[in-house]
Amino acid sequence: MGLAFLVWLLTAVILYLTARGPWWFPAPISQHGAEFDKHFTTLLWITGAIFVAAQLLLGYAIVRFKSRGQYATHSEGNNKLELLWTSATAILFIGFALAANGIWASVHLDQATEAALKIDVLAKQFSWNFRYPGPDGKLGRTDVKFINDSTGNPFGLDEKDPAAKDDVISSTIRVPVNTLVELNLRSRDVIHNFFVRELRIKQDLVPGMTIPLRFKAQKEGTYEVPCSELCGLGHHQMRTTLIVMSNEDFTRWLVDEGRKSR
Amino acid sequence: MTWLRTHVFSTDHKVIGKQYISLAFFSVALGIMLSLIMRFHLIRPDAKIGWFALLWPTGATGGIMTPELYLSLMTIHGTLMVFFVLTTAPQGGFGNYFLPLQIGAPDMAFPVLNMLSFWTTFLALLTLLAAFFVEGGAPLGGWTAYPPLSALGQIAGPGQGLGMDCWIVSIALFSIASLMGAINFITTVLDMRTQGMDLMRMPLTCWGWFITAIISLLAFGVLLAAGLLLLMDRNLGTSFFLPAGLVVSDQLQNHSGGSPILWQHLFWFFGHPEVYIAILPGMGIVSTVLSVFSRKPIFGYKAMVFAMFAIALLGFLVWGHHMFISGMSPYSAMTFSVLTLAVGVPSAIKTFNWLGTIWGGDLHFTPAMLFALGFVSVFVSGGLTGLFLGQPAIDLYFHDTYFVVGHFHMIMGVAAIFAMFSAMYYWFPKMHGRMMNAPLGHVHFYLTFLGVYAIFIPMHFLGIMGAPRRYSDFKELEFLADAGVLQKFTTHSAYFTAAVQLIFFGNYFYAKRRGPAAEVNPWRATTLEWQPSSRPEVHRGPDVYSLPGAREDFVMQQDKK
Repeated sequence: MGLAFLVWLLTAVILYLTARGPWWFPAPISQHGAEFDKHFTTLLWITGAIFVAAQLLLGYAIVRFKSRGQYATHSEGNNKLELLWTSATAILFIGFALAANGIWASVHLDQATEAALKIDVLAKQFSWNFRYPGPDGKLGRTDVKFINDSTGNPFGLDEKDPAAKDDVISSTIRVPVNTLVELNLRSRDVIHNFFVRELRIKQDLVPGMTIPLRFKAQKEGTYEVPCSELCGLGHHQMRTTLIVMSNEDFTRWLVDEGRKSR
Repeated sequence: MTWLRTHVFSTDHKVIGKQYISLAFFSVALGIMLSLIMRFHLIRPDAKIGWFALLWPTGATGGIMTPELYLSLMTIHGTLMVFFVLTTAPQGGFGNYFLPLQIGAPDMAFPVLNMLSFWTTFLALLTLLAAFFVEGGAPLGGWTAYPPLSALGQIAGPGQGLGMDCWIVSIALFSIASLMGAINFITTVLDMRTQGMDLMRMPLTCWGWFITAIISLLAFGVLLAAGLLLLMDRNLGTSFFLPAGLVVSDQLQNHSGGSPILWQHLFWFFGHPEVYIAILPGMGIVSTVLSVFSRKPIFGYKAMVFAMFAIALLGFLVWGHHMFISGMSPYSAMTFSVLTLAVGVPSAIKTFNWLGTIWGGDLHFTPAMLFALGFVSVFVSGGLTGLFLGQPAIDLYFHDTYFVVGHFHMIMGVAAIFAMFSAMYYWFPKMHGRMMNAPLGHVHFYLTFLGVYAIFIPMHFLGIMGAPRRYSDFKELEFLADAGVLQKFTTHSAYFTAAVQLIFFGNYFYAKRRGPAAEVNPWRATTLEWQPSSRPEVHRGPDVYSLPGAREDFVMQQDKK
């Protein structure tokens, strides 16, 4: 009996915290983020209803069928019911999987419809490096043999390549607002993960692979990027920021930095 | 010598079962202690604790825990719980003890192999714990041991040297032991059933152990192979998991041609079925206990058996849902997603059937029954969050957040442990000839039930806020500045819930020596372990309760029609 009330109490507390608690997503800053939230909310309503129904039913059965010396009904099952709940859950659950495909595809499969600003991303234990082509619009050649962190060359830029001279290297990532950005994600040592909560995207950076990731941030601001794949003892400190700027500010920053690096 | 043969190197399945349970008790106690230290560190990362320095002179110099020590505690916590608790207790422990009794077999099919399996597991445990005492300490890469972090050696971090080798050897030994156990269980079920014990007359517990053994046989071989490849990458200069051009601490590594993602495929091909290795025996126990204490047959016995098979089969086709954001083909994510959500269907069938079993029953709330009912509640709560994580679109945000931690602790950890508590309260009279104290069992259940929700629900909210898992502290993340209250609440709930377990252990050890003597069949159950003669002939299914016209509200399996 007590169990029924405890189950109901916990259900009520969970519902309350979900509906009214202060712990929630940050506001999205991209169209993808808004679509993610919409899908999440739909899912939350449906699974929430199942959750409440199942816990209520469990509690109800506990109260209703508590032993009062009654004789239990002898039933070995009901094939019609089995068929009903099997097909109902199959349709519902597989429907979930299919419904969310569009959101996934928009991040990883759809072709870009406009030219994207390309940024080279290189992660290492325990810092981030972002590389932009300078005014020449070209990324310079790199080779692992030139990598040297103490002289500030984490990418291994080849000094002899003229295109490398004006490359801009930054430890934070700056992007212009309302512009499609394509990151080329690479890691130099172990697996890391690029995660921006407000964009609702997350992607591993795997040594030996270059993984593209596109997004379009639609709100200026500064957003935290916590490494989200265990990368060693400094994992919890591997953090950078995404700075979404106006187009003018971004261009000015890039030109200034380009001058500095030359 | 005789004493040694009877109590230590025994080939008796009952002794081996108890040995497995003792090993699981030790591991779970240690695993909980490690988690409490971790939870403490998360709310007081700068605390100076004298005995930390005593235990870990290098990991906690001056008593302040280093991040690498935190991560190594986390790695050993996960490894202990997944392998040495959730894999040993349900199958090696209760399975060994009760499978032969329930199907009327004199022992397991291969008693010597059975003994060997236990002692190999024991050796695996010693090897794992040795990692704490070698140079650099225990590994810090988590129980999933992703390369390159796990493949590069000491240069990738303390604990990644000899400690990591200990971990791999331990897991390899554990895999070998599990393979031996699996062969034994499968043969026993197929070959050793008493007369009249058709497969479809077996208790669902036996189905659980049988199907778990099949999964183990297919999954542990892959883990063993993966472990050996990783060991070779580390010590023999191969490059299965290591690509060219790795630069660690400014040093170019001499490897080329491998893929870090290959490990993830191999690991999760084992790792996902492992979840079902942990939970299927529990599902069998819960089905049985609900039926006994509702005085009703299992609702949809056949559907329950088919659902277990479906879970096992689908379980082998969904490993990719751990890898949605790993860099594997985004097309395969869609396939894995559909198959993953499809696992929800047999899981839902089982839940409906559990509700169907208690519906219209005559419910007796013994501690075993309470834990079985608690299992259903927790299984629903932990299962539904799986519907979120099974979708790549949602995983784009939730992967490796505390939402995942909350999810798998609920569905894999708490649910399986609840089933083990249920099994222990249920079978204690058979195992020890005495009764555990029921009121204490009630108190233990209610407080634990409240406690586990209090620990793991806040983790879901942390995950929704985006908190990454495997962080030794969150000071640097500004967006979690307001989440301190969740962390504190979780930590204190963990202290509370761990303390409550002392009630169980006290009850258990007291009852073992001083508990009142048990009757032969205290729960008035129908299956063979509760009847006195050996190898009886079986005449009916395992769950004949409240049969109209019968003399009592249960008819035992060996009773003639």
